[in-house]
Amino acid sequence: MKWWQFWKRDADVERELQSDLQLEEEEQREHGIAPEEARYAALRAFGNPSVIREQTHAVWSWDRLETLLRDLRISIRTLARQPGFSAMAMLVIAVGMGATISLFTVVWSVLLKPLPFDHPEQLVRLYESGDKFKNNVVAPGIYGAWKRESRSFSDLALYKEWPQYNLSEGGALPEQVQAMICSWDLFATLGVQPSIGRSFTAEDDQPSANGTVILSWSLWKRRFGGDASVIGRKINLDAKPYTVIGVMPRWFSFREQKVQIFLPVYHEKTPEEMAQIGNHGFVVIGRLKPGVTREQASQEVSAIVRRIHDAHLDLPFMSSGAGMWPLIDYLVGQIKPALYMLLAATGCMLLIACLNVANLLTARSAARSREIAIRKALGGGRFRLIREQLIETFVLFSVGGAAGLALAYAALRWFVITRSDMVRAESVGIDAVVVATVAGLVLICALFAGLIPVLAIRSGNLVAALQESSRSSTSGGSRTGVRKVLVGAEVAFTVVLLVSAGLLLKSYMRLRGNDLGCATNNILTMHFTLPQVQYSKPAQRVAFFDDLLARVRALPGVDAAGLVRAVPGEGYFGDGAVTIAEHPPMPQGQRLLAIVRWADPGYFAAIKIPFLSGRTFGSDQRFDGANEVIISAEFAQQYFPNEDPIGKHLINLERRSYEVVGVVGDTRYELAEDLEPTMYFPIAAGTESNAALVVRAARGPESFALPIQKIIQQMDRELAVSDVLTMNQIINQSSLDANFEAKLLAIFAGISLLLAAVGLFGVLAYLAAQRRTEIGIRLALGAQREHVLRLMLLDGLAPALGGAAAGSLLAIAAAQLIRSSLYATKALDPAVFAAVIGLLFLVATTACLLPAWRASRLQPATVLRSE
Amino acid sequence: MAKQTPERANLLQGTLDMLILRTLLYGPAHGHQIGKHIQRTTNDFLQMQHGSLYPALHRLERRGWVTSKWETAPDRNREFKYYRLTDKGRKQLVVEESQWKQMADAVARVMWPAAEES
Repeated sequence: MKWWQFWKRDADVERELQSDLQLEEEEQREHGIAPEEARYAALRAFGNPSVIREQTHAVWSWDRLETLLRDLRISIRTLARQPGFSAMAMLVIAVGMGATISLFTVVWSVLLKPLPFDHPEQLVRLYESGDKFKNNVVAPGIYGAWKRESRSFSDLALYKEWPQYNLSEGGALPEQVQAMICSWDLFATLGVQPSIGRSFTAEDDQPSANGTVILSWSLWKRRFGGDASVIGRKINLDAKPYTVIGVMPRWFSFREQKVQIFLPVYHEKTPEEMAQIGNHGFVVIGRLKPGVTREQASQEVSAIVRRIHDAHLDLPFMSSGAGMWPLIDYLVGQIKPALYMLLAATGCMLLIACLNVANLLTARSAARSREIAIRKALGGGRFRLIREQLIETFVLFSVGGAAGLALAYAALRWFVITRSDMVRAESVGIDAVVVATVAGLVLICALFAGLIPVLAIRSGNLVAALQESSRSSTSGGSRTGVRKVLVGAEVAFTVVLLVSAGLLLKSYMRLRGNDLGCATNNILTMHFTLPQVQYSKPAQRVAFFDDLLARVRALPGVDAAGLVRAVPGEGYFGDGAVTIAEHPPMPQGQRLLAIVRWADPGYFAAIKIPFLSGRTFGSDQRFDGANEVIISAEFAQQYFPNEDPIGKHLINLERRSYEVVGVVGDTRYELAEDLEPTMYFPIAAGTESNAALVVRAARGPESFALPIQKIIQQMDRELAVSDVLTMNQIINQSSLDANFEAKLLAIFAGISLLLAAVGLFGVLAYLAAQRRTEIGIRLALGAQREHVLRLMLLDGLAPALGGAAAGSLLAIAAAQLIRSSLYATKALDPAVFAAVIGLLFLVATTACLLPAWRASRLQPATVLRSE
Repeated sequence: MAKQTPERANLLQGTLDMLILRTLLYGPAHGHQIGKHIQRTTNDFLQMQHGSLYPALHRLERRGWVTSKWETAPDRNREFKYYRLTDKGRKQLVVEESQWKQMADAVARVMWPAAEES
């Protein structure tokens, strides 16, 4: 028999005792004792069989577990007897737990879980650093130098996520796909292999190679139906043939989830482009050799950059150093503060939920004080009572925690869908670590919430409790005190949440209130890229632009249309360096930096960017004849202080001269970013193949998306458009993070406020019930009802007041922590603090009013008679 | 409410375990035999309490020092639960024996110091 076969154990002991007892009896008989005597003699010699059985049973220690099971049964029965209380407590716990579990899961999956690559701790992202840009992307020539000269890395790869390619094959609809162009060893550096086919080789990654492409899992599933025979098939990218050589695994996503195809970079770019040392545009990923620290490697790559910098003092965009971060910091660094802030907020909410449950439990233990006092008087051990209470709390929290886990599961599904743009969103999921954490959390919270009422029991004097419960004219002092402190703490944490939410909401409002500097209503935008093959000459591109504009403008309902590289709010895109011909020469290597946009003459009117002075491009601004530039107000203010820029000339790096013909109003490239100097060049120069079409319509700009896409299809059957968005959608995307954080936090704060209000209401209602007799006597002796009302209200508001004061202090500290998430809002914004405290008092008064009013309406005669 | 056993049997418990183990050194025996043997060997000086004998036997089994098996007794034609010493039990017996010796020596040194000196 094995030790765990406890159900057989009892029978076994019984049989053993019986057989030995029988033997004893037989031996007694053999000694000549009469048979009926023998049985008693045997029993006398043996002792009490049931006691022996009990004691033997105890050896196997199952009694402890059995007691636990019995306690568990009792607590479940106790909880079931008060379904209202239990359901309420479990709901509160489930909400608090659910939110905390969700956020913990996100933080764990996104920030803490190691990257799904080989030895992810060895992976670093390298950056160049200079005077203006501290953490700049890397120029391909610098990468080449690192690759040749550095000794710190076992692998070094570079990539770029920007380019879009026009994918077409056979008769299927063309589409724009996001590409990642990377050095052939990127996947080897990460330690990832395509799940079908092969990875790139060094031979694929050179200009003379045949085109090769690796597909993302999602593109393969969507466009090629998950057909493995796609390997070896030819597809057209920007009208050039490429052979599909592999498909990446389903889980593989690297920072940019939209990437659908991977291409070898040295095949896509010319050798001249890849030799540039001043044109920063690539992300470099390295794998440190074992034993090499980041500091050592940084010094090495920095020294290489420094040497190249010193050899090219005449070039303006050279960095002077370099550094690196662990890869995971680069991938998730941006969202880290926001996620931790939200996790802290949910933790706060969970704490409030725990306090609330502790409050309910204290109230109930007060209601049971007579029962407990009697049990104590009858010799019930304190440990036993505490254990029972804790087991009960534990049951509550276990059920609440399980419900919270289910809630979190639903919340996470919603989260992943809503924020699929977030890095590593695909890795968010409930795993063993999360479940283990939930178990730990349940234990800690149950102990916390369970011990508070226990401490209240302890402080109660036995005799006093018995007396107290027999006559209820006095209020149960210590227990009420505990409850007031609990409610005060709830209020304090609620204030912290409310203030944080208020600050974020205000900064979101500020952000949304920001003026992009152009019209935002009734504007539709879409991007397209002209493939290099059919549109290799400027004349071909400009012909396409002209034709497109003419056709779109001819659409009925279209008020205006224009072309630009990127519209306001879409991002930085690119910049350029110039000098001003009329100004004294600048020191060697220095230039004026400004965002570059290529636009057609009608763009400014189409999106309503006002001309402050001058005019738009002339109609002669085409091809090599393009020599006009339009600058933004910020450009004029920074680089032409106190002079009229019109008629001055800007010289670019190729030493071409452009005359300033107009100054336009400022626009923001990102909603939350400061104004940057911007210069606009004529798109009709024909050098650019990327453009955004901007269409202003009298109403319903979305309805023009299809007709315009049809026009483009008619013009070029293989050309696809992307990012078909109204300006308002662009603004929404630009403020998505701020919106999301503020709204989530506001929801958490709202729930907390509700919990605190429930807590306040409960405490005051309890107080009022306890003081019924006292109030009855007061009223009988002639106290004014208003006076009683005021008395009770103040009694309820006192903990709220204390909590609000403590909470305000905490909130000041919390506001400092979230300062980096605020936009144009002071951390100690008085309006937010005032509004929060006002709201809190409104809610607190409302919660206290009903019990206080009821107390003041008591009929003294009824109360006194009921005693 | 079976918590009383340890307190009462604490001092004796160690020795009882040792006595049982020593008895089983002669070969397998059932509870009754063990009790009777100890009683007889000590000339009835140690009255065997069954109330401690059975819990002790089960405790030893739980610790793996003895194993048990239902076997037919040669003289009774009936099955008894026979206990048998394990290797672990043998080692334990040696340990307990030396501990007991140390204990007895120590007590003797305090009680009869002169005898020790001579």
